[in-house]
Amino acid sequence: MTFELFLFYVFSAALLYAATMVITQRNSVHSALFLVLAFCCAAGVWLLAEAEFLAIVLILVYVGAVMVLFLFVVMMLDVDQASDRAGYMKYAPVGVLIAVVLAIELMLVVGPGNFGLDKFASPIPHAADYSNTKELGRVLYTVYMYPFELAAVILLVAIIAAIGLTLRKRPQTRYQDPAKQVQVKAADRVRIVKMATEKKWS
Amino acid sequence: MIALSDFLILSAILFSLSIAGIFINRKNIIILLMCVELMLLAVNINFIAFSHFLGDTVGQVFVFFILTVAAAEAAIGLAILIVVFRNRRTIDVEELNTLNG
Amino acid sequence: METVYLTIVIAPLIGAIFAGLFRNQIGRVGAHWAAILGVAISCALSFFVLKSFIYDGMLTYNETVYTWMVTDGLRFEIGFLVDKLTAVMLVVVTFVSLMVHIYTIGYMADDDGYQRFFSYIALFTFSMLMLVMANNFLQLFFGWEAVGLVSYLLIGFYFKKETAIFANMKAFLVNRVGDFGFILGIAAIAMYFDSLDYAEVFAAAPQLADTQIHIFGDETWSLMTVICILLFIGAMGKSAQMPLHVWLPDSMEGPTPISALIHAATMVTAGIFMVARMSPLFEFSETALSFVLVIGATTAFFTGLIGIVQNDIKRVVAYSTLSQLGYMTVALGVSAYSAGIFHLMTHAFFKALLFLAAGSVIMGMHHDQDIRNMGGLKKYMPITYWTSLLGTLALIGFPGFSGFFSKDAIIEAVRYSTIAGSSYAYFMVVAGVFVTALYSFRMFFLVFHGEGPRDKHAIAHLHESPKVIIWPLILLAIPSVIIGYITVGPMLFGDWFNGVIFVLPEHDTVARVGESFHGPFGFILHGILGLPFILAMSGLFVAWFIYVKNPSIADVIKSRFEVIYNLLDKKYGIDELYQYLFADGSRGIGKVLWTLGDKTIIDGMIVNGSAKAVELLSGVVRHVQTGYIYHYAFAMIMGLLVMLTLFVNF
Repeated sequence: MTFELFLFYVFSAALLYAATMVITQRNSVHSALFLVLAFCCAAGVWLLAEAEFLAIVLILVYVGAVMVLFLFVVMMLDVDQASDRAGYMKYAPVGVLIAVVLAIELMLVVGPGNFGLDKFASPIPHAADYSNTKELGRVLYTVYMYPFELAAVILLVAIIAAIGLTLRKRPQTRYQDPAKQVQVKAADRVRIVKMATEKKWS
Repeated sequence: MIALSDFLILSAILFSLSIAGIFINRKNIIILLMCVELMLLAVNINFIAFSHFLGDTVGQVFVFFILTVAAAEAAIGLAILIVVFRNRRTIDVEELNTLNG
Repeated sequence: METVYLTIVIAPLIGAIFAGLFRNQIGRVGAHWAAILGVAISCALSFFVLKSFIYDGMLTYNETVYTWMVTDGLRFEIGFLVDKLTAVMLVVVTFVSLMVHIYTIGYMADDDGYQRFFSYIALFTFSMLMLVMANNFLQLFFGWEAVGLVSYLLIGFYFKKETAIFANMKAFLVNRVGDFGFILGIAAIAMYFDSLDYAEVFAAAPQLADTQIHIFGDETWSLMTVICILLFIGAMGKSAQMPLHVWLPDSMEGPTPISALIHAATMVTAGIFMVARMSPLFEFSETALSFVLVIGATTAFFTGLIGIVQNDIKRVVAYSTLSQLGYMTVALGVSAYSAGIFHLMTHAFFKALLFLAAGSVIMGMHHDQDIRNMGGLKKYMPITYWTSLLGTLALIGFPGFSGFFSKDAIIEAVRYSTIAGSSYAYFMVVAGVFVTALYSFRMFFLVFHGEGPRDKHAIAHLHESPKVIIWPLILLAIPSVIIGYITVGPMLFGDWFNGVIFVLPEHDTVARVGESFHGPFGFILHGILGLPFILAMSGLFVAWFIYVKNPSIADVIKSRFEVIYNLLDKKYGIDELYQYLFADGSRGIGKVLWTLGDKTIIDGMIVNGSAKAVELLSGVVRHVQTGYIYHYAFAMIMGLLVMLTLFVNF
């Protein structure tokens, strides 16, 4: 067993453990934290597959942004934790049964018989000065330029959609209206009152 | 050496686990969303494994886009979740059945 | 000459348009001037054309005026074929039409639909001219349908009258039956001759004479027989031959000038004209000729019998028209086409005269048409009386009058004919002469002789009709008397129709008659010695004896032969039969199809049924849509699992 294989098993075991915890934890916060662990382990696995850039992106984007968003939402929503327990075990058997059947079927397909080392030889590792980031960037900014820009648009749309969905006016909240602010004239602010000159105090 | 089948079996198990998660969690949409994220992760592992073994960067490009879309999906999904909660005061899946026929 | 022919056709159309579309602008007087002027121009030019043929030896004109379209070798054209047959028809049509136009000024003077009426009859003249001048089947069909349309409009002229609407619907439907056969015949011609042009079709007819075709199954039919019988079915509808004659008596609901113009003189003879025009086709099918002959003979005799018991003055004349049309058809059946056309011409004059005289009487009687209420009108309406007498004598074939020449020629031709059914036809037409004389003079005596009208109030208003009515009567009476004498020689036995009407030598009965023809006077002498004359005179005598000499006999005979009387009074029950069989029958079928087919099957089962089935099914299926996300997810995942199991080879 090589060191790489050892690392792979360690990361895989941790990933599966974390995933199991995600789906079995009562507390959503715990689930989210275990999901973070799962992503980190997955990043480790990806490193073993020489996808260094994506591994880092996974941690940065998912752990750093998406999971924080999840945690934020979980904590913001006042979910009744106690009621979550009810009926929890009712569906577990059928879920587990289906999952096991699916896993067995998938493994029969993707098992060593079809994708073993004898079928797909392990590739020669890249040289030390090879940059995965550079290589990915090269492809992304040339061949996949338009899809890349489309992805950017999708993100923009997602931002607008998320804001549009959650935005609401609260009547009691005071807002600034920049449009009105810039249109305001002096006459609206200052009232000049004509009055008789005060007699000199004598 | 790590075989391609190892990666694929890992992702298969991960995928099955997330499906089991969808069945087990009947109460909380957030966990359902997390299960979806796990599924996408399993798919991404497949892509990266194939990319690695076939020596083709395109698989990684694909993962890149999946990550992008998944991030967008998570953002919108959570936004919808917030709106649902705001209107119904619950995110219990069993109570959200106004679409029944 | 093309300009002349175009003017003949177009002038009445322009008159019709002016009288119809601008009726409010030009008023009543303007309307009748527009229509009469149009028809008068046509009439004058028609006489000019006839004169050119007789004296200038003009040749047949056969040209295309306008090509409508050409598809796959078949040309749809408007063209004129003007030969001697056409020239005769032109004169007859435009002259009678002009007389009727003038007559109408008096007859319709108090009618609200004055302009409309003029528009219609001018339009009719146009349609009829298109029909007779056609040089192809398409235009023939156009004219055919156009006259049918105007006939429909005019029968229902008093469209507020229930019976008029019934009558025009009946005429229209019965004509539909005939026209269906007609258009099938034209279609057969287009199919086998690949042309609609008369000249081309007639030229090709001898080659196709022996062609056999299959219609249903393996039975073979002679092409010519099929085409001719189909065309003749069209003629049966238009010329009111049994059993499609039922519409003509009912068409008397229309104004009397119309009965004279359309339902006696011109339109109903279109069928006769058409068959004569198609003589190059009919000659090649003895079966069709026999068919024509038997139909004509039956019509000639049996409709005449009905005329004896009718009491409505116009209906008597109508049945007389049917009977005379039967005579013409008989002439066609024995290949004596020229005799048929000859009788058509003489009949047009004297029958139009009789109808217009009847109209004059009706006006005198203030629109009472029952001849039992009349009598003794001789002294009140002398001109009507004398013109009627001339018309009636012409009708019964009194020697020297026009009807005598044409009818005797037909009877003689039948006698010489050898085709199947000719002996039956001979018996019918000879017996018909007696019947004709009987009903004609029965009506004549009842109307003009005997005691005065029963209604004393009516007498006070009895007077001769105005000049616009009298003059057409006189003008029509002249040809009714003399036209036969003048034209019998050239038209029947001369070379007038050479090259126009085609007769096979073995069918040429007219030539056989002509062998013993030595001038019209000899013809008269020969006729006086013949059986038809004796029968006509005995008919006249019987009518005189029963209705003038001894009126009480009529009722005795009526009660003695009640069965026969009722049979005739009911017109053999043919109307009732059609009413029950076709009208009520098709309504019944329609009702069954409506309730069972439409309401139950289509509406109930297919339209509403499918909706109900969807509702029922969706009522069951909608329970699947629970609204729970995990149910959907479950379904998806189960689907994935099943697909995986099915499609993946482990």
